[in-house]
Amino acid sequence: MARVVLVGNLTQLTGGVAEFDLSATSVRQLFRQLADLHPEIAPHLEEGVAVAIDGQIYQDALLEPIGADSEVFILPQIAGGSLEDVP
Amino acid sequence: MTMAGNGTNGQQYVGTRTIRPDGADKVTGRARFGADYNLAGQLIGKVLRSPHPHARIVSIDTSKAEALPGVKAVITRDDFADMPSEFIPAGEMMMNYKDVTRNVMAREKALYEGHAVAAVAATSAVIAKKALKLIDVTYDVLPHVIDVVEAMQPGAPILHDDLFTVGVEPKPDRPSNVAKRVEISQGDIDAGFKRADVIVEREFKTAPVHQGYIEPHAVLATVSEDGSAEVWVSTQGHYIVRAHCARLLGMDIGKIRVNAAEIGGGFGGKTVVYLEPLALALSRKAKRPVKMVMSREEVFKASGPTSGAVVKVKMGATKDGKFVAGWAELKYQAGAFQGSPVQPGVMCAYAPYEIEHVKVVGYDVVSNRPKVAAYRAPGAPISEYAVESVVDEIAKKLGIDPIQLRMMNAAHEGTKAAYGPKFGPLGLEETLNSIKKTEHWNTPLRKWQGRGVASGFWFNIGGETCVSLTVNEDGTVSLMAGTPDIGGLRASLAAVAADELGIPYDKVRPIIGDTGSLGFNFLTGGSRSAFSGSMAIVEAAKQIKSELCARAAKLWEMKPDEIEYAGGHVKPKVASEKVTPMSLVDFAKVAGKTGGPIGGVGRINAQGAGPSLGTHLVDLEVDPETGRVTILRYTVAQDAGKALHPAYVEGQFQGGAVQGIGWALNEEYIYGADGKLQNAGFLDYRMPVASDVPKIDAIVVEVANPRHPYGVRGVGETPIVPPLGAIANAMENATGIRFTELPMSPPKVLKALKEKYGAGGAGR
Repeated sequence: MARVVLVGNLTQLTGGVAEFDLSATSVRQLFRQLADLHPEIAPHLEEGVAVAIDGQIYQDALLEPIGADSEVFILPQIAGGSLEDVP
Repeated sequence: MTMAGNGTNGQQYVGTRTIRPDGADKVTGRARFGADYNLAGQLIGKVLRSPHPHARIVSIDTSKAEALPGVKAVITRDDFADMPSEFIPAGEMMMNYKDVTRNVMAREKALYEGHAVAAVAATSAVIAKKALKLIDVTYDVLPHVIDVVEAMQPGAPILHDDLFTVGVEPKPDRPSNVAKRVEISQGDIDAGFKRADVIVEREFKTAPVHQGYIEPHAVLATVSEDGSAEVWVSTQGHYIVRAHCARLLGMDIGKIRVNAAEIGGGFGGKTVVYLEPLALALSRKAKRPVKMVMSREEVFKASGPTSGAVVKVKMGATKDGKFVAGWAELKYQAGAFQGSPVQPGVMCAYAPYEIEHVKVVGYDVVSNRPKVAAYRAPGAPISEYAVESVVDEIAKKLGIDPIQLRMMNAAHEGTKAAYGPKFGPLGLEETLNSIKKTEHWNTPLRKWQGRGVASGFWFNIGGETCVSLTVNEDGTVSLMAGTPDIGGLRASLAAVAADELGIPYDKVRPIIGDTGSLGFNFLTGGSRSAFSGSMAIVEAAKQIKSELCARAAKLWEMKPDEIEYAGGHVKPKVASEKVTPMSLVDFAKVAGKTGGPIGGVGRINAQGAGPSLGTHLVDLEVDPETGRVTILRYTVAQDAGKALHPAYVEGQFQGGAVQGIGWALNEEYIYGADGKLQNAGFLDYRMPVASDVPKIDAIVVEVANPRHPYGVRGVGETPIVPPLGAIANAMENATGIRFTELPMSPPKVLKALKEKYGAGGAGR
């Protein structure tokens, strides 16, 4: 099971729960499983978040694989030259 | 120090100071920037802007302007469809088009002085300006608010009746200027402070500053009778311009072709649209090309600066110098619409350091100023300035060398970032070591001179990128990228292509393609274009090499796996007398007979952008008679992963340092009590010029990014992060005064010196 940690305001959409153990094998699966558990978070995942898998940050990478023992952080989208709004 | 060097085909040009492909045109004036484009029959577009910082627009009567001979089109809010409040993808950005459409053309209210209210296209600039005066706008002037703290107060003038603070519980039932509250935390901040032997708490204030690009916004747009359009524009992202304009004007993306002109600076400020949708709307109405160029006054009043902010920082350390707790509260101006860079400010504040207990809270606050746009490492310079100032104070309290203290707490590979995940390889310790070894660090200073050091962090990003390599009939290679070249992209990518294909650098001709020539490219920003572009070039070159090997296999009647591409030649892996290796030039001659044109297209969504950290060292001198600060010496050390083109990398370091000097010492938006900007020009908005700064020494540290084939990290944004803290720390060492408000301009410095030491600093 991957350990999944929500960073920042996303926990307000999960009743304050910040950590999950999920069996997702890809970012897409991870988002689906989180959305099943907490439907309110779904649009925010779609709107743009970054996902750090074992320390490596991915953006807009739904197909990125997640290992069984991976540590995954869901972060606000990393902006850069543009400003992006996140929940 | 780890050196990169894992290029896939040897490195003859990568890492060298190759001639810039765009250099000759730029020094001879041949290069065409945004305002250099013209079309036959073009009209000149001008914008009518609100004179009020906050006013309800009761009515707009354009009839007299439309009747003026020479006027071909007038547009107002009625020419733009309203959009619902929802964040939707535009390219790779999330945008709330309810705000975007209101920013490019005011609807119910004018929300800042300079807000566009109407626009005119006429046969000459004189007629267009005359027409603007004939537009009759009736305003209901409303109270305004500029300052971020004042905007947060109960009873402050409310900009948006439908803006309710997000991120607080319970959900508010009244509108507010506070768009959202964000927070990151780890550990137990109270427990962390209990462990601290030393605690420093300070409040800082930074003024809003503009990116200060030399070239104003400029666009030429033409819409044909069949609804297709072409645009030439000064932008950091022509695909983003296309996406925004299509959405705002209800056009198909495929019907808009956008060309990126050469760009005279952007620094984040040219990642959004202002004139572009207006020019297209005017052209669509007038059925003629429309050219629009902002004046400098318009750039200041109507395009996005970065936030002014108030930041509180509280840090705790043990007596042996270990940081144990870091807390901060950030209040950032967003301008007239939500979306300040407070989120990255929150995430970056403590990113350079390994601290167990961290809590950072941020507020995104609207006020009657132009909507902020990105500005180089958006949000990070402000929060890191405050933290770096406090780090310096802790060093003094503990009697520890400031570089040593940073070294003791520096984030490194495996450190859990304050925002969550663990870092991969990082170069902060290497930059600190590099600075400490400089002759600069060890040079003595005189009275009223001070030395400061500060470090800085920025994430960097990758993103969608598409490039092409086409082998021409003579074996030369055309390289096309889809991100505007701002800081040396063409030279960097040409060097990678030459090395990957094993051909001379001058046989690669790089150009920036228009939106119809390549697949989607995210913009030049986030320090991503050389990082992502070079990854895409490697992919495109791989396709060419694979194709050549496949064709050679057929020509030589061998198996493909018996053939390789190396040293610029296709050849058998085991040398054979029957086969003569073929160069790219040889193959180009028979391309048609062996299957047609040869080329490759790299289409990637680049991941694996490694953060870049830097450390700046500055010496300055304060004139106690005038308060003027002179920068005496400046050294930048930053981790580039691998410098594809060292001169351009050094240029980024130097440019960031100079921008930071301006931000720290002089630049600020000055508003009158009437909410109007009083210094909308370079005479009164004091940016550093060449004579204000010494040569900036640049040290390129290379700790390879393992996720990039050459080890590259983005380098463009980090250099703006450390200067504010480094200069404030140098000021404290020069004067004995901790300045907590930027800019540290002569009047403020003089006042502080007089309060502490008497007139002329006599008491020191």
